[in-house]
Amino acid sequence: MLSKRIKGRLFVGFTAFCAFIGVAAVAWILGTIIWGGASHITWQFLSAAPTEGMTEGGIFPAIFGTFMLVIIMSIVGVPVGTITAIYLSEYTNRQSKLAQVIRFAVNTLAGIPAIVFGLFGLGFFIQFTGGHLDRLFYSGELHWSQPNILWASLTLALLTLPVVIVSVEEAIKTVPRELREASLALGATRWETIWNVVLPGSFSGILTGAILAVSRGAGEVAPILFTGAAYFLPHLPTQFSDQFMELGYHVFIMTTQSTDVEKTIGIQYATTLVLLALTFTLNFSAIALRARLRKRTAA
Amino acid sequence: MTDSNKTLKLTVRDLNLHYGIKHALQDVSIDIREHRVTAFIGPSGCGKSTFLRTLNRMNDLIDGVKIKGSVKLDGQDIYANGVDTVELRKRVGMIFQKSNPFPKSIYENVAYGPRIHGLKDKATLDALVEKSLRQAAIWDEVKDELHKSALALSGGQQQRLCIARALAVDPEVLLMDEPASALDPLATSKIEELVYELKDRYTIVIVTHNMQQAARVSDDTAFFYMGKLIEFDATERIFTSPKERQTEDYITGRFG
Ligand SMILES: Nc1ncnc2c1ncn2[C@@H]1O[C@H](COP(=O)(O)OP(=O)(O)O)[C@@H](O)[C@H]1O
Ligand SMILES: [Mg+2]
Repeated sequence: MLSKRIKGRLFVGFTAFCAFIGVAAVAWILGTIIWGGASHITWQFLSAAPTEGMTEGGIFPAIFGTFMLVIIMSIVGVPVGTITAIYLSEYTNRQSKLAQVIRFAVNTLAGIPAIVFGLFGLGFFIQFTGGHLDRLFYSGELHWSQPNILWASLTLALLTLPVVIVSVEEAIKTVPRELREASLALGATRWETIWNVVLPGSFSGILTGAILAVSRGAGEVAPILFTGAAYFLPHLPTQFSDQFMELGYHVFIMTTQSTDVEKTIGIQYATTLVLLALTFTLNFSAIALRARLRKRTAA
Repeated sequence: MTDSNKTLKLTVRDLNLHYGIKHALQDVSIDIREHRVTAFIGPSGCGKSTFLRTLNRMNDLIDGVKIKGSVKLDGQDIYANGVDTVELRKRVGMIFQKSNPFPKSIYENVAYGPRIHGLKDKATLDALVEKSLRQAAIWDEVKDELHKSALALSGGQQQRLCIARALAVDPEVLLMDEPASALDPLATSKIEELVYELKDRYTIVIVTHNMQQAARVSDDTAFFYMGKLIEFDATERIFTSPKERQTEDYITGRFG
């Protein structure tokens, strides 16, 4: 029989060990990626296109594509998410059936695997929407019914919608009831109150939501796999109907379908490092913004 | 009631209000005279704020509120079908217990209402802001810093700014819910002076838990207790010869 004290110590040790696994994993991942990739990161690497059948050169088209992807995604997803959050918190009450249905749908959306979004994008945007557009306006010629940056962005917007809704709703709740009442008592309508008082007061929350959505969306490969990402393109995307290269997808193909995986290991590490740097920066700014928001709520 | 030939601004008949199952106001009937100050007194939780908020329909915003009875403003029922609450709240302004300036500049706070109602011309707006701040007796203190944040003002100044903000939409009635309860004595007396000055132009209803304040500023006083209007009369009479036992107990400090 172990004494109580020893059992207690063992337990403390065990919990500490479990906690350490997480820290060690992050350290290991970051360590290997920086170790393997840092030396490859040069201005040339960041600003040039891949060459020699993608075994040399840079990753500029993938960086550019990633930016375009998340920008279009945000332009669509942030307003839709914000409006949903406004609807939920300002126009429905907790018990309303409709609000419950919307909340349930949003929670479900948050739990759907990314690959399912990819398949949904393929089925809904490309085949259904694109197919109809082509039949209507291009007499059946392939134009919108193939993968492109618009469909990929919309698919990603759908994936990141719950993130936006949750963080905007949280921010809206921090706007004091007294301020809404002040506005309404002056004869402002509900909408005027939302526009002039609630939205300005939730600005940092909306920004946080946007950043979190971007950091969640950037690097997701599965949703863009069938909806718009390209293996290699000689041109940068200039239209909604163009395909694009993307950092996460680039890492995926370099590690699985490159003509010479061994030769490109440096490029793989460096691309991953760029992707990580991007999402980390976004995450940290979201955390900082959120901390500011919480401080204001507490005050 | 004295001066009964004076016009009535608000007449309330058999008003009942429920919060869910809680019967918060029971058969309240009252006449509020134009260009007078009417005070609502009574122990905490007796329904003063609730009643005040029925006069500009602010309770409409709370889930589960049911209101029966009639509230007439200049003879027209404000709860009738088709009444525009925006128009109503323009005519019946409200000052809250906790001063609630917007996190905007002093100028923007006062300009908020007029802007909402469509005033765009800069010169007119400037003049209106100045006039409202003067009426609220705060112009001299803020005239050089109109574009500073309203949140930088002291509590008493914030409350007067809120009054200026309400005045800027040119209301006929001002509802004040314990406007000085969070202020120090000096700031309180400023608000009281202001109430006294404003009654020439506005009809004022003020909730207070401070009996001296009610005695000082009001012409008529209504005593509420547990959701009922117990007694309503000229302030002088309420404080010198109340008819009801409960009123007397309350004003002599035996409860509440
Ligand atoms: N939003 C609300 N929901 C439910 N009950 C409320 C609400 N607001 C006030 N009450 C209740 O109604 C009664 C009257 O409250 P109130 O009008 O705030 O009183 P007073 O202003 O006289 O202190 C109290 O019992 C209070 O608990
Ligand atoms: Mg109250």
